[in-house]
Amino acid sequence: MSITLLLNRRTLISLLVASAMPAFAQFRVEVSGVGLTQLPIVIASFRGEAQAPQKISAIVRADLERSGLFRAVDATGLVVDESAQPDLVSLRGKGADSLVTGSISALADGRFDVRLRLWDLVRGQDLGGQSLVVLQGDLRLAAHRMSDFIYEKLTGEKGIFSTRIAYVTKTAQRYTLWVADSDGEGAQSALASPEPIISPSWSPNGSQLAYVSFESRKPVIYAHDVSTGKRRLLANFKGSNSAPAWSPDGRQLVATLSREGGSQIYAIPLSGGEPKRLTQSSSIDTEPAYSPDGRFIYFVSDRGGAPQIYRMSPLGGNPERVTFTGGYNISPAISPDGRWLAYVSRVNGGFKLHLMELGSGVVTSLTDTTGDESPSFSPNSRLIVYATQQLGKEALMTTTLDGKIKARLSGASGDIREPDWGPFQR
Amino acid sequence: MKRFLYSLISSLALAVTLVACGSSVKLQDAPVEDRSAVTNNQSTGSAGAASSAVAPVQIDGVDASGAGPVNTPKIVYFDYDSYVVKAEFQGTIEAHAKYLTANKARKIAVEGHTDERGGREYNLALGQKRSEAVRRALGLLGVSDAQIEAVSFGKEKPAVTGSNEEAMAKNRRAEIYYR
Repeated sequence: MSITLLLNRRTLISLLVASAMPAFAQFRVEVSGVGLTQLPIVIASFRGEAQAPQKISAIVRADLERSGLFRAVDATGLVVDESAQPDLVSLRGKGADSLVTGSISALADGRFDVRLRLWDLVRGQDLGGQSLVVLQGDLRLAAHRMSDFIYEKLTGEKGIFSTRIAYVTKTAQRYTLWVADSDGEGAQSALASPEPIISPSWSPNGSQLAYVSFESRKPVIYAHDVSTGKRRLLANFKGSNSAPAWSPDGRQLVATLSREGGSQIYAIPLSGGEPKRLTQSSSIDTEPAYSPDGRFIYFVSDRGGAPQIYRMSPLGGNPERVTFTGGYNISPAISPDGRWLAYVSRVNGGFKLHLMELGSGVVTSLTDTTGDESPSFSPNSRLIVYATQQLGKEALMTTTLDGKIKARLSGASGDIREPDWGPFQR
Repeated sequence: MKRFLYSLISSLALAVTLVACGSSVKLQDAPVEDRSAVTNNQSTGSAGAASSAVAPVQIDGVDASGAGPVNTPKIVYFDYDSYVVKAEFQGTIEAHAKYLTANKARKIAVEGHTDERGGREYNLALGQKRSEAVRRALGLLGVSDAQIEAVSFGKEKPAVTGSNEEAMAKNRRAEIYYR
């Protein structure tokens, strides 16, 4: 079983820490729905995988399926490594267009060498490979990087599998802010608190999270460097401080403050200094979100009598209403490519994820659940992660933009909420 | 134990292989492209921006409310979708106002709450409307603004759990907290 005992001291420590974490739940992706154009792909078991601490091929398979663009063709028992010449013709006969082969082996220093090769079964071509040497703790990341490699080779677009998602769990009276892989697994605790944590928001470079913490018995905003754990109080003005969102250049945040009475949107320079008030209403203005090109700030306002989504210039001013259907539309998120607005709309008393194509204004409802919250786009604009209720428990889901392929992210136990999808890693 | 022994043996075997092969494993394998992609970033350990490691931070609890006026309720309840202090709570507001105007050094937080329906941030703003309604009611009775901070917990700290109307009515509230 255990080449994993072949470890240096540092890796042993990380093993012990890992076994104390709740994140090793049975790896599982529940995909519902069928996409129209899915690439059939065979993902062979990697040589050495049975003895390895992570099932690389299973992680890759789940990644590709969750994207909605791939259909894994059953290849139970097929073990092929990256250096083998596979029987391309018989695999083609199974109806697959592509084949993934690979291996994982432990190195003497405790690290692992993970290798992959991608084959085009239609043309009978070797599409290239990848080899990553990583610590045990980064094996899942290595698997996700390989998924990205396959995704990019076969679709021509960048994959998002090696990106990270932040989310919050609540167990008993304990709130934990986690940083997890894009599949919700491999969660690492960034912050644990007896008081609520909401609205995590990744900085554009993926190094910091801004969030709202109630640890001082009121909502205040922190910026938190996740790799060092260093935190900085960004907004603790009189009243409530909430709904932080980064500007695309990472130089300032917009947030909701009630320092002058009423919830209004302010710009807060990251370097410190006085917040600048951007909205001037006697109603609620909250949940600001920059468009990725920085030309607009989308936000929620009840200035018309009920919460609707508006947008204004980044300096404040020229507010215009964006949502017109439904009497309760909140939590705007703009896709990184600028084409889509995801938001939550109340429909017959339920809260449902909706998607508007900004160019045409056409709106579609994406879910059949009724407790949807907090949508956030993947950095390639192809998926949305959101919180919802399933069987009375909070869960995180991803969906494709057509709503056809949904996957439940497992990850940490307990109620799970407030997802925010981080940017592409460098 | 057997497994451990096995792994020990295999480790020795691997070590021998390593010595035999020099620095890299299985040189006879076909060359694989893109060797550097993660190797440089990920092999060096947990420090640095490119690593996936996260440093955990723990927060301790906060204190319970200090004493205020004796025999005075500290909670004001609100109707659904309402941000108006009801007449039945005027006595409570007056008792706190009297205490606070007589004790200028005392400070309070008014903490607004909502029921569980709707988004977290929007509910935070709605809870703020409730706490500010109480703040204004106290202000009208002469309490200095400097003694009051109106804040909101939105739907994050329900007084009771449950999704029935009775539970939700108990959660639509503003609590007065003496600092």
